Amino acid sequence: MNAKYIARSSAIAARKLGDEMIIMSALNSTLFTLNPVATVIWQAADGKTPLADIIEGTVCRQFDVAPQLAYQDAEALVNDLAGHGILLVSEQPISTQAPQEPR
Amino acid sequence: MAVLIAPPIHAVPVEVGGMAVLLRTCDPDFARMLQDRYVGFVNRRVAPVFEFDVDLVVPSGVDPDAEVQVRCEHGRWSFRRGDFQAEWDPRARCGSIRQTANPYSVDAVLRIVHTLVLAGEGGFLLHSASAMRGGRAFLFSGLSGAGKTTISRLAPPDVTLLTDEVSYVRRQQEGYRAFGTPFAGELARVGENVSASIAAVYLLDKGPANRIDPVSASEATQRIMRNILFFAEEPEMVRRVFEAACEFVARIPVYRLTFFPDERVWELIR
Repeated sequence: MNAKYIARSSAIAARKLGDEMIIMSALNSTLFTLNPVATVIWQAADGKTPLADIIEGTVCRQFDVAPQLAYQDAEALVNDLAGHGILLVSEQPISTQAPQEPR
Repeated sequence: MAVLIAPPIHAVPVEVGGMAVLLRTCDPDFARMLQDRYVGFVNRRVAPVFEFDVDLVVPSGVDPDAEVQVRCEHGRWSFRRGDFQAEWDPRARCGSIRQTANPYSVDAVLRIVHTLVLAGEGGFLLHSASAMRGGRAFLFSGLSGAGKTTISRLAPPDVTLLTDEVSYVRRQQEGYRAFGTPFAGELARVGENVSASIAAVYLLDKGPANRIDPVSASEATQRIMRNILFFAEEPEMVRRVFEAACEFVARIPVYRLTFFPDERVWELIR
């Protein structure tokens, strides 16, 4: 299985409210709300850390979930967000400068 | 030698949200129309922040329902709709409006100008009724049919109506302040030109009984964003509006107000 890297698009605005992340696409003003697990993945999307490491090192430590299941769900999530243009996905590390960590 | 005599200029300063915009016209009837339209908001004691020359043209198959276009090039804004064309240079603090003699076109221009000014300072115009009670302001937000006009009409005598349609929200050092606006909805009554700190926002839903429920921050943000009036499409401006909505939700309590349309609903608003 090839490694998968994820990075936040620069064409978004994001804000953490409570334990959820609100993201707005600056391209078409569409709003997305991420649940707490997806928010953790989003915050860890630095373009350098493989998705599998994010799942094992962050998600599975914070939430009671099996790594294999968490990875499957995370893959579906990142593909969905990538389809909306708010997350970049690559098999290589991504050097694009991600937006600053939302407050 | 021909002597050219310039027609007299009539100036109507319209103050909304503490910001006066001077509207200048050569037509005395149109000036009177503006004074009537903005009664309570014409204030000649404050210096205008912006000045607009209004040039009246003969009607020719205009469509006031056409979608408004708002563009910015090199710091100059242009607004266009079927019934008007306007240019605005914020740095020069002046602009011009070309329209027929009606109060609706200039009203649209004023709304656009205020949305852009507010976006720069963390405020916004919100599609909501607002009212003042006990020195505090309450906003009632919802799209058409949600009950803004109904709840405004049901307000008891100790409530001062700020607007039944478009609320003016300004960021203050501590919290937010709602100002009365002349932007009326179905009630066809301009609000009072007063202001108060915002205590809460209620997202309106009609139902069989009156109740207040909490809403999540994400739902509140989505509903507030949906109801913010904004016309520009520049990504940076849209981003500012998003930031403003998030900041607002982080500071002001937002609830869902389900209400049965009679005066008892106001027993919950204190």
